[in-house]
Amino acid sequence: MQSISRPQKMPVIVKPNSFLAWIGRGGLILLALLIAYILLRNLIEKPLFFVTNIINGLQLGFVYALIALGYTMVYGIVKLINFAHGDVFMVGAFTSFFAIDRFKLHEWPLRAFPTINPVLGIALGTITTILLSMVVCVLLAVTIERVAYKPLRDAPRIAALITAIGVSFFLEYFGLLDFVFSARFIPYPRPFEVTTWYIADGIHLTQPGEPIPENAIVISNILIIIVILTLGILLFLQYLVRRTKIGIAMRATSFDKPTARLMGINVDSVISFTFAIGAAFAGLGGVLYAIAYPSIKTLMGVYPGLKAFISAVLGGIGSIPGAFVGALIMGQAEALTASYISTPMRDAVAFTILIIVLLVRPTGIFGEPEKEKA
Amino acid sequence: MDLSVLLSFAKIIAVIAYLYGLFWIMGLKVRPVTIAGKTLDLSLAINVAGVVVAFGIIQLALTDFGGFRILNEFDTGLLYQACTMTMVALGLNLIYGFNGQFSLGQWGFYGIGAYAAADVTYRWVNGDSSGLIVLGVGTILAGVIILLVGRSLSNLRRMPVLSSFTLYLLGALVSGYVAVLIGRWVSPLLNPLLGTNLEPGPLAQGFWLQIIYFLAVVFAGIFAAEISFLFGLPVLSLGSDYFGIATLGFTIVVYTLMVNSDTFLPFPEMRGGRGMIGIPKLTTWFWAFLFMMAVIVSMRNLIRSSYGRAMISVREDEVAARAMGIDVAGGKLLAFVIGSLFAGLGGGVYAHYIGFLSPGTFDFLIGFNPMIIVVFGGLGSMTGTITASFGWIFFLEGMLRDVLGRISPQAPSWRYVLYPLTLLLLMLIRPEGLMGKIEWGFLKIPVVPLRDTKQEGEVA
Repeated sequence: MQSISRPQKMPVIVKPNSFLAWIGRGGLILLALLIAYILLRNLIEKPLFFVTNIINGLQLGFVYALIALGYTMVYGIVKLINFAHGDVFMVGAFTSFFAIDRFKLHEWPLRAFPTINPVLGIALGTITTILLSMVVCVLLAVTIERVAYKPLRDAPRIAALITAIGVSFFLEYFGLLDFVFSARFIPYPRPFEVTTWYIADGIHLTQPGEPIPENAIVISNILIIIVILTLGILLFLQYLVRRTKIGIAMRATSFDKPTARLMGINVDSVISFTFAIGAAFAGLGGVLYAIAYPSIKTLMGVYPGLKAFISAVLGGIGSIPGAFVGALIMGQAEALTASYISTPMRDAVAFTILIIVLLVRPTGIFGEPEKEKA
Repeated sequence: MDLSVLLSFAKIIAVIAYLYGLFWIMGLKVRPVTIAGKTLDLSLAINVAGVVVAFGIIQLALTDFGGFRILNEFDTGLLYQACTMTMVALGLNLIYGFNGQFSLGQWGFYGIGAYAAADVTYRWVNGDSSGLIVLGVGTILAGVIILLVGRSLSNLRRMPVLSSFTLYLLGALVSGYVAVLIGRWVSPLLNPLLGTNLEPGPLAQGFWLQIIYFLAVVFAGIFAAEISFLFGLPVLSLGSDYFGIATLGFTIVVYTLMVNSDTFLPFPEMRGGRGMIGIPKLTTWFWAFLFMMAVIVSMRNLIRSSYGRAMISVREDEVAARAMGIDVAGGKLLAFVIGSLFAGLGGGVYAHYIGFLSPGTFDFLIGFNPMIIVVFGGLGSMTGTITASFGWIFFLEGMLRDVLGRISPQAPSWRYVLYPLTLLLLMLIRPEGLMGKIEWGFLKIPVVPLRDTKQEGEVA
C-alpha cells in the first residue's frame, strides 16, 4: 500500500545474523535469563519448597494432559477448536459428583458384598464412578458432534468454530440455571480418603492430627493415581494411533479426508470415534481434577479447557506426545508463577508463553513443519 | 400477549426503522438544482440536515416534558449500550468481516478504553489533572515515536518481526516514561483550577468538563489502538486459529490486570475486583450519537478507499493479494489497529454512561458477544452489524429481560440459554448471517462483491 509515484530506495535486506535481527532474540534471551535467575535463586534458597511447587505443577500438568489429548486429536482430524471440550470436562466432574453424592455409587461393592476387603471395595466403586462419568461424557460429545458439527463439515471453517462456541455457551449457561448445576461452588465428596506421605529423612505416612514438619515434601495418593493413569493412557493412545486399524484410519482421515473416503474408510465414524475418545479422557480428567481440588462449579471447565488447548498448541497441535509435554510445561509454569510471581498472573503467563513459543517456533515444539498451502 | 410486549416489539422495530431511515437519508443523492442561474449540488446539505434531524428526533424523545418522556430511563440506557455495542461490533467487523482475522480480543480493547477514559475523568473531577496529561502526552508521543520507528524501518526487508516489535516496544515505553515525568511536573500547576469533588473549580464543570470528556474518550481510543498495534505486530504473523487464541488470551490478560489494578498495577482508584465507582456520568445522547456516527462514517469511507479494498482482498485470498503487490501484513495491522480504536472509543462512551466499571463486565465469556453480533448480522456487512447490535441490546437486554422477568424471577437467566440455541440454528440454517453481505443506503459499497460463496474455503 505505497504510492507508486514516489521514487523508492533500494531496500536493505536484513541478514539473519546481523545486529538488527539479534535485537528481538536478545530481548527473549534476556527474559529467559531473568526467569532462570529467579528460579535458580529460589532453588538455592529453599530447595524443598521449590520441589513442592514442582510436584504441584506436575499434578496440574498431568490433568491438563488428559484434556489436551482430546483437543489435539480433534484438531488434528477436523481442524476445529472444540470449545465445548472444557465443558465436557465439567460434565464429567458433575456426573461423578451426582453419582457419589446422591446415589453413593462408590460404595456399591461394600453394600453388595459386605465381606469384601474395604480397600478393594472402594477401589472398585471409584472405578465404576469414573467409568460412568466417561460414558456420560462420550455420549454427550458424540451427540454434540452429530447434532452440531456434522452438518457443518463442508461449510467454511468459521461456521464450525462459531458453532463450537455456541455449544460451549449452551452447556455453560444451561448448567448455570438453578435447577441444573447452579452457579455456586459445590464441595466435592471424595470417593476415597486422601493419604499423604511426607519425605523428611525417610518416607512417613501422615497421621491425622500429626503436624507435618516444615520443609518436607508432601506426596499424596491422588498425585500418584493421576500420574499412573495419565501415563497409561498416553501409552495406550500411542499404541492405538500407531498400531491398530482404527488408528491408521484416524491418521489417514487427518491427512486427507476425501482420499481416505475413497480408500473405504468410514470418515464420519472415525471422526465420531475421535470425539468419543477425547471426551472419555476429559471425563476421567474431570473426576480426577475434582478429587484433587475438591470444589466444583459450572464454569470450572473454562480455564482448564483453555489451558489444555494452549498446551496442545504449545506441543504442536495434532501430536500426542506434544500435548503431553505442553501440558507438563503449562502445569509447571502455572505452579511456579503462582508461588514466585503472583497468583492471579498465572493465566497471563500461560498466554505469554503461548505467544512466545508460537513466534519462535510457529508449529509448536513437536509439530511438523507446515505444508506449503496451495 | 400483553400490551407491554407489543410495545417492546414496536420499540425494536421503531429503532431499526429509524436507523434505516437515517442511512437512507445519508445516502440520498439529489439532482443539482439551478437557482438564479447557479447550479447547486444540494446532496451534502440534505444529508447533513437529515443527520441533524435524526439527532433531534431522539433528543426530543429523551426530553422530559413535564413528567412525560417517550423513552424512559431504561430505554435511554439501552440506547447508549446499543451505541457502544455498535462501535465495538463495527470494529470487530472491520477486523474479522472485512479483513478475515478471527479476533477475540475486541472486548479487551473495549475494557482498556473504558478504564483509561474513566480514570482520566475520575481524576479530573477529583482535582487531579495528571491522568489527562499522562494519557494525552503518552499517546501522542508514543504515536509519533511509532510512526518514526516505522518510517526508519520501512526500507528494511526481511526484518524479523520480533526485532521490530522490540524496537516499537522500547519506543512506547520511553514515551510512557516521559509522559509520566511531564505529568508529575505539569499537573501541580493545573490542579488548583480543578477544585475538589464537592466544590468543582472552573475547569471541572460545564463546558470544560465536556471538552475533557471528549479528550478522555479520544485519547483512550488512541491508547487502545496503540496497544493493539504493539500486540498485533507479533501476533498477526501467526495463523488464523492461533491468532484467535492469542487474542482470547489478550482479553484474559486484560481481565486479570483489571482484577489486580489496585495491587499489581498502581491505580488504587480502580479498586481492583470490587469495581471502580464514582465515574462522572457525562455521556449524553449528543456524545453517543457523535461518536457512533464518526465510527460509522469513517469506517464506511475506509472500506471504500484503496486501503479498504486492499483489506478485502487480503480476506479473499492472501496469496493472490500478495502477488498483486498488496502489503498484506500492513493491511492486517491497519485493520486491527482501527478496529481496536473503535472498541476503545466505545469503551470510553460506555464507562461514562454506566458510571461504574467492574472487571466482570470485561470477562472474556461476555467478550464473545461482539463476535456473535457480527456473525448474526453477517460478516462483511456494516448494515447487518448495526442492525444486529441494536436488535441484540433491545431484544436481549430489553424485551426478553422484561418479558421473562414477569414469568418468574429466575426466568431472565434463561435468555442466555436461548441465544446459543439461536446461534446454533442460525449457523445450521443460514451460516452467512442474517444480512449476508447486503448493504443499505449510505453504507452501500459500489464494488461488486468478489466471491459470494465460501469466502474462507478450507485449503486442506
